[in-house]
Amino acid sequence: MAYQIVEGCVNCWACAPLCPSQAIYEAKPHFLIDSVLCTECAGEHPDPQCASICPIEGVILDSLGVPLNPPGSLTGIPPERLAAARAEIQAR
Amino acid sequence: MELKVSDHSGSASAVAGGCSASGCGSSGDALAHLPEHIRAKVHNHPCYSEEAHHHYARMHVAVAPACNIQCHYCNRKYDCANESRPGVVSEVLTPDQAVKKVIAVAAHIPQMTVLGIAGPGDPLANPERTLETFRQLTEKAPDIKLCVSTNGLALPDCVDALCTHNIDHVTITINCVDPDVGAKIYPWIFWQGRRIKGRKGVAILIEQQQKGLEMLVARGVLVKVNSVLIPGVNDEHLKEVSRVVKSKGAFLHNVMPLIAEPEHGTFFGVMGQRGPTHDELQTLQDACAGDMNMMRHCRQCRADAVGMLGEDRGHEFTLEKIETMDIDYGRAMEERRQVHAAIEANREAQRKKSGETFISITALKARRRETPPALIAVATKGGGVINQHFGHAAEFLIYEANDQDVRFIGHRKVDLYCSGGETCGDAETALAKTIQALSGCAAVLCSKIGYEPWGALEAAGIQPNGEHAMEPIEDAVAAVYRELAASGSLERATPAPLRMRA
Repeated sequence: MAYQIVEGCVNCWACAPLCPSQAIYEAKPHFLIDSVLCTECAGEHPDPQCASICPIEGVILDSLGVPLNPPGSLTGIPPERLAAARAEIQAR
Repeated sequence: MELKVSDHSGSASAVAGGCSASGCGSSGDALAHLPEHIRAKVHNHPCYSEEAHHHYARMHVAVAPACNIQCHYCNRKYDCANESRPGVVSEVLTPDQAVKKVIAVAAHIPQMTVLGIAGPGDPLANPERTLETFRQLTEKAPDIKLCVSTNGLALPDCVDALCTHNIDHVTITINCVDPDVGAKIYPWIFWQGRRIKGRKGVAILIEQQQKGLEMLVARGVLVKVNSVLIPGVNDEHLKEVSRVVKSKGAFLHNVMPLIAEPEHGTFFGVMGQRGPTHDELQTLQDACAGDMNMMRHCRQCRADAVGMLGEDRGHEFTLEKIETMDIDYGRAMEERRQVHAAIEANREAQRKKSGETFISITALKARRRETPPALIAVATKGGGVINQHFGHAAEFLIYEANDQDVRFIGHRKVDLYCSGGETCGDAETALAKTIQALSGCAAVLCSKIGYEPWGALEAAGIQPNGEHAMEPIEDAVAAVYRELAASGSLERATPAPLRMRA
């Protein structure tokens, strides 16, 4: 039972001080979660703290590899809209 | 260094000269009527005083990457060297690195009077990093003013700590006082361990912002309020925001245009929300001006900007470069003191001179009362004088002249058309864009201008003028307005849009 931070993390530091288990540490190219220390905030908080403040979709995964903040959930931008905008910009 | 500096206006012209503060002289500085103790605090603050921004520089250090809310005009992937807008930085610094950078910049750019922490996240979302930076600077560089800019969510909890560190200027971004409006701007906040979405989150944010504002005012801290003008979302509502924040004691309101391009990856950018036009921004600023001091010279700089407003010398002070700089700050402080004294002497000299000009403008009033106002663009590198080549200007300052006064109303950015060398093939389109950016202006004043742009400007109905090089901006604008008025060309021209006046 542990979360993990994956590529896409922007190293904003928001999560690290909130972790009740001090499981999050600075690393290159991005912050990481110590899987031994992480408790998924069980018994500490109703919501996992790192995933509740993280501003980037898809960069914190649960133990099954599922994003806690799926695409579109934080910015409100529908994923297909974002993909279309990206394609349009790249075609310029 | 050369300090051919001259300027006048604002707080100055209200005191000097033989005319009353309300009717003549520069109205460019909205702070002229403020109490002396407040004017003293902002006298050399480029972000708070329009007049000061011609002479003094500022810097931001990016020590605060974490944020506790999401705004629809912000993309939290903030690392980009080529974008110039709030929330963007090239490298996040530790407090120790930031202090070293501030000292290096202060020694190399003695006009730098102000250090702000403005992100790239919210400086109070991880207050330890922000406060540690301030603590060290209070001790090591006591001649630098310290400021912070915040979304306000964590502000009430930080007010006492900020006061301990001698923070005298705080900016709160307040885009709404109504949660229904805010629900279209903020998708969520992080509050007491939970992500709170929608209107409920916004209501908490608004309450915290207003509480923080009141607490700061009660402690005598100067508070500026920033608002982002988002057409169709909060445009009309910002008049109410202006009234509310003024009634609670904010002393300056800065309404900024939304920056939203698809490539920024923000919600507003991707979803096609447009930013305001120059006219829309100005109309709203003027509408708010009846209730509140409005700021119009904001350049919406990056969270790691360095230099005069409108310029960014951050690349001269990368971590790598400051590592090699060995600075004796005691000596630097003495040099800074001398440079500031020279700037002030020049401001004072200019102040005395400007009174004469404005008396003559006043005389104009009796003669041609019916002459319509005109917008006049100016190319300047700073110092309060016209000292930039037309083709080198990355932005133009826009002044409105009428038969009674000259006032600064904003700036317009352009793509440099005269980049020289290989890129000259683009000159034609870039010039067309510059002319577009100057639309509505009757004239453009610069130190020099080439033959080709001269013709193109004339054809577009904008009178180019290089005759006032090195002259104080507002005096030159007044003189050119007088010439235009006398020649009758203003009556033939399309009248400048009528706007509500303070």
